[in-house]
Amino acid sequence: MLRTRSAVALFAGALLGVVLSVTNLAQATVAPQTKSSPTADHSKFKELQKQFKTGPEVTKACLSCHTEAAKQVHRTKHWTWEFINTEKNQKLGKKNVLNNFCISIPNNQQYCTNCHVGYGWKDKNFDFTVEENVDCLVCHDTTLTYVKQPGMAGHVVGEEMEFPKGSGKILKPINLSKIAQAVGKSSRETCGNCHFFGGGGDGVKHGDLDSSLFAPEADVDVHMAVDGLNFNCGTCHQTSSHDVPGSRYTPTAKDKGGVQIRGKSEGENPATCVACHDTKPHKAEKSKHAARLNNHAEKLACQTCHIPAFARGGVATKMRWDWSTAGKMDAEGKPIVKKDDHGHIIYESRKGDFVVAENVKPEYYWFNGGITYTLLGDKIEKNDKPVGINKIEGNATDGKSMIWPFKVSRGTQPYDPENKTLITPHTTGPKSGGGYWTNYDWDRAARQGMADSGAPFSGKVDFVSTEMYWPIAHMVAPKDKSVGCAECHAKDGRLAGIKGIYIPGRDANPLIDKAAWLLALLTLLGVLGHAAIRIFASKKH
Amino acid sequence: MVERVYIFKRFERFWHWAQAALIMFLLLTGFEIHGTYSNFGFEKAVELHTIAAWTLVGLWTFAVFWHFTTGEWKQYIPTTKRVTEMVRFYAFGIFKGESHPFKQTALSKHNPLQRLAYLGVLLVMNPLIWTSGWFLLFYGNWAAWGFPNLSLELVATAHVLGAFMILLFLIVHVYLTTTGHTPLAHIKAMITGWEDKH
Repeated sequence: MLRTRSAVALFAGALLGVVLSVTNLAQATVAPQTKSSPTADHSKFKELQKQFKTGPEVTKACLSCHTEAAKQVHRTKHWTWEFINTEKNQKLGKKNVLNNFCISIPNNQQYCTNCHVGYGWKDKNFDFTVEENVDCLVCHDTTLTYVKQPGMAGHVVGEEMEFPKGSGKILKPINLSKIAQAVGKSSRETCGNCHFFGGGGDGVKHGDLDSSLFAPEADVDVHMAVDGLNFNCGTCHQTSSHDVPGSRYTPTAKDKGGVQIRGKSEGENPATCVACHDTKPHKAEKSKHAARLNNHAEKLACQTCHIPAFARGGVATKMRWDWSTAGKMDAEGKPIVKKDDHGHIIYESRKGDFVVAENVKPEYYWFNGGITYTLLGDKIEKNDKPVGINKIEGNATDGKSMIWPFKVSRGTQPYDPENKTLITPHTTGPKSGGGYWTNYDWDRAARQGMADSGAPFSGKVDFVSTEMYWPIAHMVAPKDKSVGCAECHAKDGRLAGIKGIYIPGRDANPLIDKAAWLLALLTLLGVLGHAAIRIFASKKH
Repeated sequence: MVERVYIFKRFERFWHWAQAALIMFLLLTGFEIHGTYSNFGFEKAVELHTIAAWTLVGLWTFAVFWHFTTGEWKQYIPTTKRVTEMVRFYAFGIFKGESHPFKQTALSKHNPLQRLAYLGVLLVMNPLIWTSGWFLLFYGNWAAWGFPNLSLELVATAHVLGAFMILLFLIVHVYLTTTGHTPLAHIKAMITGWEDKH
């Protein structure tokens, strides 16, 4: 109930996710965090024993002791929203890439930066060098009361205020002093409040990350299970100098490093399965097929068998977003919202048609970690083949690839048919701002968004089919729920589309099979014929 | 009273029938693994196929030992003598009610055609099925054995080819058991060890 209600509200309120998830949490049982006994009680620090009116005031207080913390954060993707892929020579990061959900950041910063670890990134003129603009609390809050208000560019409400100005709506402040005095390690809640709600709502974007991971059962995630191992995000994404490992821009597709040993594994990604489980993870004492399964682990990512489906926690993920149908109105000219039987929105005038799904079997592809994005300036063609917002690389023979599970989000999105580029539309904000979600005017939304991106716009908007690949790595199931042999060792199994390897049960040389069966049949007929003649002949005698 | 001759010794008969059962079971599970049909389910089929294969390995170890210690291996020395007579018998004579041109004795159990067929089994079918099967059992060791680039498709196809040969052999072999002086005479001999003299 709670989840459905909040999910609906999330869609309706675009990026209200953070607010609601916190409400959610306040009501849900909160799992005990990993045992840690800090040597400092922050409530005893006089720097924190005062009333804070704004976020940056708190940060200043933090930095008076943690002098290097902001500098560290400034170097991370969480701050810059930028990532340079040196191998592909592409400038990526949230700031630069597009997706096929809410599409892009430019001209929507006010709302999107609700999930930025900073204060005040409201437009492209944000100063990334100011230390007190780093938001310490969004990751280090332990009270679950820290809320970043949508539309305020990442700022929090420290004093009672009217927002939006002139609306008459009064926002109650959060107790920054109490929050600051209770800081601690990051948690599933602090990470999840943004990462579980990517794409504008619960579970929308990733499929393997949603609010069910706040307190999952072992069936949903064997590592994070509250009655089991009870991992935090940081248990795997072991962070050093504020830089959280586990990149989606340059994922580790095949970890040959084995178990990570202190002092020996510098610079290796600690968030892989292999980092703990090694490259031969199946042990003879636990599995009668250990050797055989370890052979499988040479070509299959662990995730391929151990995550049988994503969106398993009862939260649906968005599989398809068709922007081309946005803008339809009802008879009275009012925007429409259509829901399915489960209360999931399947059409919204602001956004178009959606397909959502739970318990989704992934698609499988060879993957060597190489990903190329279609960026804003890149030329695209509208034809039968969807445009890859990102394109994954890999094959059976490069020695670097494994078979990986993916969520592939598909849909249509605006593009400029004359310049042959994708479009970064302005969607969010009040009606006066010209965003699509209040004006339903593609021309204006595209013009403003493209201007903000500094990209040319011909004045024409068309829609192009796109697809985007999301490697699946969370929601690892208990071992008895992993994918069974016959699901791939079959003619139309999960790996039906995987080329370059011979899979017993799937593959056969059709010529040999046909010829041999024919020969067997002829032999059988031959002996039967021989027998018939014998019987016939013996009767004549 | 029909005169009888003791042809097949106790171990030999045990070996024959155990091997027959194992081979048929291996064909059954093997073709399921191959994706031809579905019965046990892939996982179970692989497990059973592996168990049956190892059992057959064990049985063969005994059989090889037995053949050498008893000198019975000589039964398989091929000969081309009277092969044409055998062929002529199966192609024509048998229909006319002629008697079998080969007389079984304890020292010579297999007719010349049989000897040639078993030579084929020993030189072609067995090496093919055993080598490919052994490689499939130890798929993870190929690199260590010095075959890092061996193709699974090649090995699996060879194994399937071997299986089809065995299937063809089985069909003909079973049929030819009915060509004794009565249809069940040979089978009876393989059960009791005694063949009627006629």
